[in-house]
Amino acid sequence: MNVYACTKQVPDTETIIKLKDEKTIDEAAIQKWIVNPYDEYAVEEALKLKEKLPDVRVTVVCLGPERAQEAIRSTLAMGADRAIHIVCDRFLDHHLVARALAAAIKKDGEYSVIFMGKQAIDDDAYQVHLRMARMLGASAATSVIAFEFNDDKVSVSREIDEGGREKIELKLPALVALTRGINTPRLPSLRNIMTAKNKEIKKLTPADLGIGEIENREEIVGLALPQEKAGGKVLEGENQEVVPVLVDLLKNEAKVI
Amino acid sequence: MSPIGLYIELKEGRVKSTNLELLTLAHKSGREALAVVFGNEAGGYAGELQEYGAKRIIHVSGLHGQGYHPETYARVLAEIIGKEEIPDFICTHSAQGKDLLPRVAALIEAPLVTDCTGIDLENNIATKPLYAGRVIARVKIKGERRLYTLRPNTIRPEKVPRSSKPVIETMAASPETILAEIKEIVKSIARRIELTEAKVIVSGGRGMKSGENFKILEELAEALGAAVGASRAAVDAGYAPQSIQVGQTGKTVSPVLYIACGISGASQHFAGMKTSRVIVAINKDPEAPIFKKADYGIVGDLFEVVPLLIQEFEKTLKVS
Repeated sequence: MNVYACTKQVPDTETIIKLKDEKTIDEAAIQKWIVNPYDEYAVEEALKLKEKLPDVRVTVVCLGPERAQEAIRSTLAMGADRAIHIVCDRFLDHHLVARALAAAIKKDGEYSVIFMGKQAIDDDAYQVHLRMARMLGASAATSVIAFEFNDDKVSVSREIDEGGREKIELKLPALVALTRGINTPRLPSLRNIMTAKNKEIKKLTPADLGIGEIENREEIVGLALPQEKAGGKVLEGENQEVVPVLVDLLKNEAKVI
Repeated sequence: MSPIGLYIELKEGRVKSTNLELLTLAHKSGREALAVVFGNEAGGYAGELQEYGAKRIIHVSGLHGQGYHPETYARVLAEIIGKEEIPDFICTHSAQGKDLLPRVAALIEAPLVTDCTGIDLENNIATKPLYAGRVIARVKIKGERRLYTLRPNTIRPEKVPRSSKPVIETMAASPETILAEIKEIVKSIARRIELTEAKVIVSGGRGMKSGENFKILEELAEALGAAVGASRAAVDAGYAPQSIQVGQTGKTVSPVLYIACGISGASQHFAGMKTSRVIVAINKDPEAPIFKKADYGIVGDLFEVVPLLIQEFEKTLKVS
């Protein structure tokens, strides 16, 4: 059985982002790149399925420039069997990213489950997975916090409003987008780090996937660093004195209560 | 002029308050605000939509008692967008909205910008935070259909004086061939205000010292009609459930008032709440980074400050 985990390489959460010009990020200034944390849950969930069932092959699919190879290696070191790297330097909008990922999986063969993160922490789009599901004709669930595989279907539990949960049964093939809390991604073992070096990374280009020349319909026309707050009023004095002052400021100055 | 389509969510028959922002956005553009509402009974909410400037309502019926079903809802919206020739369609970036609009975008192969903090409908440019708010992007959407989800609490809803009665049409829908079947909905035992749409949030960090101590935050929340959140440190320490974590790998929130108690203010956390209109920090460490980012701060022991705040809020809110 073929199981896929789609991943994206993103700047580390603590990285300071600088701008190269008014439309582009200065990538050279990014100190550390990581696998999107939500996608690590996807790799982990795929590996858990591999441990549970016989004959599961886990393929990681990653779209990104050459630098993404490092992220791919780290997911192979977690235990994925092989990877597909869609090597792409140019910005693709979400429709085209979904098309590329969907086409890469379709081209690769039959599949039962595709795991993904519910969003990537760089652009927090929350949409590539649902576009892919439609393109592939797969069932889909997002914000999934529990996953179970039963022969010809999967059962998931997903987070909904107000702390609630929704239990859903999905027909196969299924695309499942995961959220934090579903599992704890494993650290690579020494053995896996060694063997990862010899695992297959199949390289594809956007042209191989039929999207080489297609134009983006979402285009970044401007980037700006947000204006940081100058630092607010820190109220000094005894608690009994400052609390009424704070409440008064919230009511009469900020007008938020 | 072409209409602006709005997906309006109901809660117990009434329009969800964050959805009123969509109406204000559409009304200010000067174009016709067309609200699409799924529900069993047409009309109960029409007065409210009128007050905020809706000109037309399409009421989708026929899905009795089924509640939100993404496949059916997406198909119906895609149909309406086509039939009514709606170039711009917007919904709130709520749990439902963010699950629904990408499905619509996929069906009609339209571009979509999610979690917008501003939408310029004249130039088709959305403003959207990237890298958890460390960069603000302006994204231009091209094409004849353009979809957006709007971050809750971004626009102040405004009533439209002397607005005329909207035209209500009913559309019957039937359930879609189902790839995903909803088996059960389990509501949270504590009836919570949805964190991502809350107007006021009271949040606790490592300084809370235990899960038990979150009770005082719940009391404070109760006094303010607020939702309770937590920092990653508090969640990792087991003080609070993961479902209420605010931050880059938790929920992104944007309330009118955010009260951070015992939260040092790691950039991870700040990323999830920085678009809050007013931030209040309570922390006993005067060096805590949160004070640099807060509008108001009290340096003090939260276990003394929070009970005083509860008293003071109760007093003030009772008077007003």
